Parts: sequence; C-alpha cells; structure tokens
Amino acid sequence: MSTPGTNYINCEKGIWSWLTTIDHKRISLMYFYTILGFFLLGGLFAILLRTELLTAEPMFMNGNQYNRAMTLHGSLMVFMVIVPGIPALLGNFCLPIMVGAKDVAFPKLNLLSWYLLIGGALIAMLSLFWGGVDTGWTFYTPYSSKSADAVTMVVFGAFIMGLSSIMTGLNFLVTIHKLRAPGMTMMRMPLFVWSLYATAIMQVLASPVLGITLLLIVAERVFGIGIFDPNLGGDPVLFQHFFWFYSHPAVYIMVVPAMGVVSEVISTFSQKTIFGYKAIAFSSLGIAFISFLVWGHHMFVSGQSDLAGTIFSVLTMLVGVPTAIKIFNWIATLYKGRIKLDTPMIWTLNFLANFTIGGVTGLFLAAVAVDVHVHDTYFVVAHFHYTMLGGALTGLFSGLYYWFPKMTGRMYNETQGRIAAVLVFIGFNATFIPQFIMGSQGMPRRYHTYDGVFAPYHMASTFGSYILAAGFLFAVYILVRDMFKGEKIEDKNPWGGTTLEWTTQTPPIHENFEEIPTVTGSPYEYR
Amino acid sequence: MSTVKVDRRVDHSHHFESMQQEHESGKQGTWLFMATEVMMFGALFTAYFLYRGKYFESWVEGGALLDWKLGALNTVVLLFSSFTMALAVRETQLGHNRKALKYVIFTTVCAFAFLVVKYFEYTGKIHHGLFPSEGMWSYDAQTPQLRLFMVVYFIMTGLHGIHILIGIALMFWLMKRLKNEEFSKDYYTAVEGVGLYWHIVDLIWIYLFPLMYLM
Amino acid sequence: MSHNHIMPFKTNLTVFLSLVSLTALTVYTAKFVDLGSFNIILAMMIASVKASLVLGWFMHLKGDSNMNKVIIFSSFCFVALLAGICYSDLFFRY
Repeated sequence: MSTPGTNYINCEKGIWSWLTTIDHKRISLMYFYTILGFFLLGGLFAILLRTELLTAEPMFMNGNQYNRAMTLHGSLMVFMVIVPGIPALLGNFCLPIMVGAKDVAFPKLNLLSWYLLIGGALIAMLSLFWGGVDTGWTFYTPYSSKSADAVTMVVFGAFIMGLSSIMTGLNFLVTIHKLRAPGMTMMRMPLFVWSLYATAIMQVLASPVLGITLLLIVAERVFGIGIFDPNLGGDPVLFQHFFWFYSHPAVYIMVVPAMGVVSEVISTFSQKTIFGYKAIAFSSLGIAFISFLVWGHHMFVSGQSDLAGTIFSVLTMLVGVPTAIKIFNWIATLYKGRIKLDTPMIWTLNFLANFTIGGVTGLFLAAVAVDVHVHDTYFVVAHFHYTMLGGALTGLFSGLYYWFPKMTGRMYNETQGRIAAVLVFIGFNATFIPQFIMGSQGMPRRYHTYDGVFAPYHMASTFGSYILAAGFLFAVYILVRDMFKGEKIEDKNPWGGTTLEWTTQTPPIHENFEEIPTVTGSPYEYR
Repeated sequence: MSTVKVDRRVDHSHHFESMQQEHESGKQGTWLFMATEVMMFGALFTAYFLYRGKYFESWVEGGALLDWKLGALNTVVLLFSSFTMALAVRETQLGHNRKALKYVIFTTVCAFAFLVVKYFEYTGKIHHGLFPSEGMWSYDAQTPQLRLFMVVYFIMTGLHGIHILIGIALMFWLMKRLKNEEFSKDYYTAVEGVGLYWHIVDLIWIYLFPLMYLM
Repeated sequence: MSHNHIMPFKTNLTVFLSLVSLTALTVYTAKFVDLGSFNIILAMMIASVKASLVLGWFMHLKGDSNMNKVIIFSSFCFVALLAGICYSDLFFRY
C-alpha cells in the first residue's frame, strides 16, 4: 500500500528516476514534453512557409530552402508528432488504467519506445546541419536516391522512429489481450481502448513495410544499388506502392486514436451513454482493415495502371462508411445530452466539424476523375490538414485537456482553455478554406512561388495561420504552465466520467490501483 | 520501486498476475514481432516476384550464376540449426540449463557456418564483377536486367544475413543466461522467444533458397 | 505451470528429417524436372509445407493459442495483399 499523498509523480525524485522509469504514466509525461516540443518546432516551420508565401516573390527563402523547410515541416509533424501523438502520450497514460492493469505488458519495451523516438528524431534533426532535405516527407524515388541533401540521415531517423511505433503497437496489443481486469470482456472496454487496439494492429502490420522501404533508399544512396532505379529496369512507382502501403494506414494510425478520444469526451460531456458502442468499436476495426486496401489513391497520376486506379478508387469510397458511422453515432450521443462546453468538449466539437470536412473532401479525392485535376494542388493540402490537424491534432488536444487533471493533479484555467480552443478553430479554418479554393483552381503544392491570381488566397491563408499559431501557442502554454501552477485538485472524477481512470487517485499512485477492480458492467452507464 | 529484481524462475513480475500470464504475454509479443519480420521481408519478396514477372530471362540468367549446391548446403545447415534450437528449448523446458546451453552452442556454430558459406559466395560474386553498384559492376550480362536480379539477390540475402548476425548475438546472450542457470521448468520465455526468432530466420531462407538458386 | 507440451526428441528429429527430404525434393523437381511455369509454383508449395512444419512443430503453433496463429497467418495474408495489388498495377499498364 502506498503512503497517503504519494502519487506516481512524487514517489521518486531526480531526473535519473525519470530517464530510467518503466512506469507508463511517467513515460507518457516524457512523451508529453517531447511531442509538444516537436509540435512547436514543426509549427515554426509552418509559419516560416506561410510567411514566405505571403508574396509570390522570394522573401527570405529561395526555392531550395523552401523545399527543405516544407520537407522538415511534414517529416516533423508526421513522424515526430502525430504518429506517436495520441498512442504514445495519452494511450500510454490511459490504456493500462482503463483496462484495470498496473502497467503495460512490457514496461521496459515502453521506455525503449521513447528512447527510439528521441534517438530517431535527433538523427533526423542532425540533417539540419547539412542543410536538411528537399525531397518532401514522401521521399519519392528517383529524386531521393539522387538528391545531394542529407536524405540518408532523415530517412534513417524515420526508420528508427518507425521501430518506436511498432514497439508501442506491439505493447498495446498484448496489454489489451492479456492484462484486462477480471470481468472486463472486450465488449466492456472503453472505446478509446478499442481505437488504440485498431491503431496497434495497423502499427504492427504496416510500419515494417515503411521500414524496409526506407532502408532501400539508404542502400541505394550508400551502396549505390537501386531496386527502384529505372536505369536498371527498376520501377520508381514500386517505391510509391511500398511507401503508401504504410503511409496510408499511417494516416489512420494518426486519426483513429483521436476518434477514440472523441468517443470518451462526447460521452462524458453529454453525460450520456455513447450511442452505438458496438458500431463504434467495430468501425475502428473496419477502418483498420480497409485502410490497407486503399493506398493507391495517392498514386492516381503516378503512372499506375487504370485497373489499379479503379480498384483503389472504389475501395477508398468504402473507407468513408465506418468513419461516417462514427460521426452519426457521436451526433446521436449529443442529442438530448446534458452538454457541458468545457475545453475538452470544445476541442471535440471542433473535431466533428473539421474532420467531417476533411473526410468529405477525401471522398472528392477518391474519385479519380476529380483527383486527376487536384492531385498535388492545395486542395489535397487542405484536405489532409483538415483530417490531420483539424482531426488528429485536435483530438490530441481534446484528450490532453480532458485527462490533464488526472495526469497532473491540477486543473487548467478553464476560460483561457476555451479561448485557445476557439482561436484555433477560427485560425485553422481561416488558414485552410482559402487553400481548398485555390487548390481547386490549380495552385500547385510544394511551390515556393505562384501566379499572381492566387495572391489573395495565399495572403488570407497566411493571416489565418498567424491566428492558428497564436491559438496553439496559447493552448500549449496553458498546459505547460498549469502543469506546475494550476490549481491543485484531489477530486478523483472532476468531469463525471465513467471509465476506470476516474476511479483512481488524482494523480494516480504508482501501481494505478490499490486493488485491481472487478468490472461488472459496460463503461458508459450514466443514468 | 519499479526495478525490484524478481527471480523469474519462481515468480512473476509485479504487473502480471501469474507466471503463466507473463509467459503467454511474452510469447504473444514475440509472435507479433515475427509478424513484423514477415511484413518486412514480404515487401522484398513482392519486389522479387514482380520483377521476375517482368524480366524472366534475367532471372533465369541470374539464378544460374548462383551455386545451388552451396545454397542447398546452407539450407540444410540452417534446418539443422533450427533442429538444435528446438532441442535447446526442449531441454530448458525440462529444466536442464546445461544441456540447453550445449544445443544453443551447436545452433550458433551452424549460424557461423552459414555466414562463412555466404562470405565465399559474396566474395566470389564481387570478384566476377557481379556486385551491382556503380563502380563494381563489370560482368558481361546476356540479358539487360541481370544487374537488377543481383540487386534483389544481395538485398534479400544481405538482410537475411544481418538477421543471422542478430541471431548470433541473441544466442550469446542466451548462452550467458543458461550458464548462470537463469531458467527453470516454469520460466524459459527468453529461450523460447529467441527460438521463435531463429525459426523465422530459417523460414525466410526456406522460401529464399528455391527462389534465388533454383528458379 | 507448463501447459506447454514438451516435444519429444523423436518428434523434433522426424520434423528435421522431413524438412531435409523436402529440401531434396525441391532441388530435384526444380533442377531435373521441367514443368515450365509450374516449377516455381511447385517450389513455393513445397516451401509452404516446410514452413508449416517449422511453424507447427518447431515453433509450437500446433497446440498453441489461436491468437498466435491469427497473428502470424494474417501477416502472410497482408503480404499477399501487397503483392497482389502491386501485381494488378505492374502487369496491367500499357
């Protein structure tokens, strides 16, 4: 039994106790700092890009520098923020507690995952000393084999980070299979856990393919042998197949956990049982499976066969179905609920609006006839920012504010939290709606300059991005400040949630539970 | 507090309920990792099949340049090493740390033998100008995509060879633990886990050998 | 605690000898029997039999939990998916 007043944060002191911890909760706090740190850095590059694009003439970057900045922005955000994002940060904290366990199945492996993320990120960032990389985060061949930039370093860093992701997924799968508390059947697990389950399946099956593909680029550059080299008869489009075989499930790795957060927040802040528990649970698995069937929709204009294009187009339409199922169920949960518009709920409502737009524009892109015109334009850029930023990242912030009191034992400033969330919503839409429009009119992506006819849209988008940046800076500031200065609370359940983490001490003790609970009912029994 | 050393031979780690649960979890984790290995090599096998379909003549020419007898020898060596590894697991399950150590040593010797054969194969290829990198390719090919075949050959067998090396490192780790009698009838997870890894490495070669050497 | 069957020495030996025989069969049919394009299919079929022996006996899948079987089996399925769809691209271009 632990002494009163001790929790997982104060039970051991000193930086070494953190760097060698195998407590999933401490590891999640370490991810908190690293992921938010990378987020701010990636956001800085975004602001640099948007500022450069304020005018069509070069302002402080030439074409090559622009390419490096946009590659870094993409690589940072994808590999260092949103892929690890919710699973590593929130999943690590919540999963064991939500299933009634003392830790994940492999706590030391969990710590290794963190070190792999840091190590891989540092290797990738080292490339900055050589000027960075200009290939785009997608590293398409043949250019990535030939580019004079530090491709090997970034690609190898991404490989290491991929290992981190695989380890996390593996850990979560075994935890969910083996460490659930007595009485917790799969159908009594919280929906956040279901989302992490589906995500982990994708992490384990898809990431290795990216791993080998990245290694093949390294082999091409270091040993001069190329499996994608057209001079030898190799097919550069095969690179794209391998790359997107991972990278499409990757976008669901990024967004499905956010959907899990939304399920939790919507239920708690409507004080109502989630509508369609089974549908939401199985739709997560459905998305995970279908996500492996659609990768070629990134390649409609690559030269792949019409047959493949058709197959991919039809299958991509299919993936909208389980997603829509979730959105309908969430809305039905809100209906006649006792809705409280606290900060986590505002972020979640943001998610609903933004992700719907993102998802629907994805359907536009799924139609080959449309995609042929808007591929590689700002339409695509806006689409994926709606899903990744408006969706995944918004879900991350919703979860961060939601579980903040439990994780830290303090409460953040509610008024300021709401302001930040609203500021982000306004800034985000102001940034990206103009991008949909100019994309549909032909503005290409990854261009550092543009025709004057697009100037108003770029200007509007850039001003929007400053509001967005202010909102996010504020949102992160509140979290970090109130982690140390926020009003201390001892309330085990400040939000009135029904999942197991709200039965533990705030913050939890090292072992999570004084006694492992026995679960007798489903997780959302409100009235 | 989280690093209290537990004697796994008789007890389970604190976040598990029983030794059985911990053992099954470790095994499942290992199988998941094996699934990732299959996915990783799977992409390479895909490339092999796709390119073979396109450049059949080069694949025939390439296959003929590989010594199938050496390949078959290596296959039998690896199968034998899988046999000794399975026996090592068996002995550990019976509580015989020392006998298991003996079998792990046999397995390691086989692994080294495999690598020795590969060394001779590789140096032979390089000597004949068949290493497909820019400065080292000087073979007079009959078919235009022979060099691509050699790319696939070196990448696939090279990655497989790296896995053999990793396996050897794991064997040495096991040898140290077996020597210290760290396993028991009720705790042999690490031995079984390394065994699973080693069998997967063998399994990959089971497919790789006919595809590279015999087709 | 062992619910794990301990494989008798003889079973291990039988599996090993079967694997070696199947290797010999692979070599024989590939090198000395011309079946045209069926050769590679036959070789893969024999390899799969060998793989099943390794998976089932050496790796103890036979008698193991179903989840472990699902895990490894699904990885093979997803590789087939990758290969199959890439095939539909590379061999149906103009």
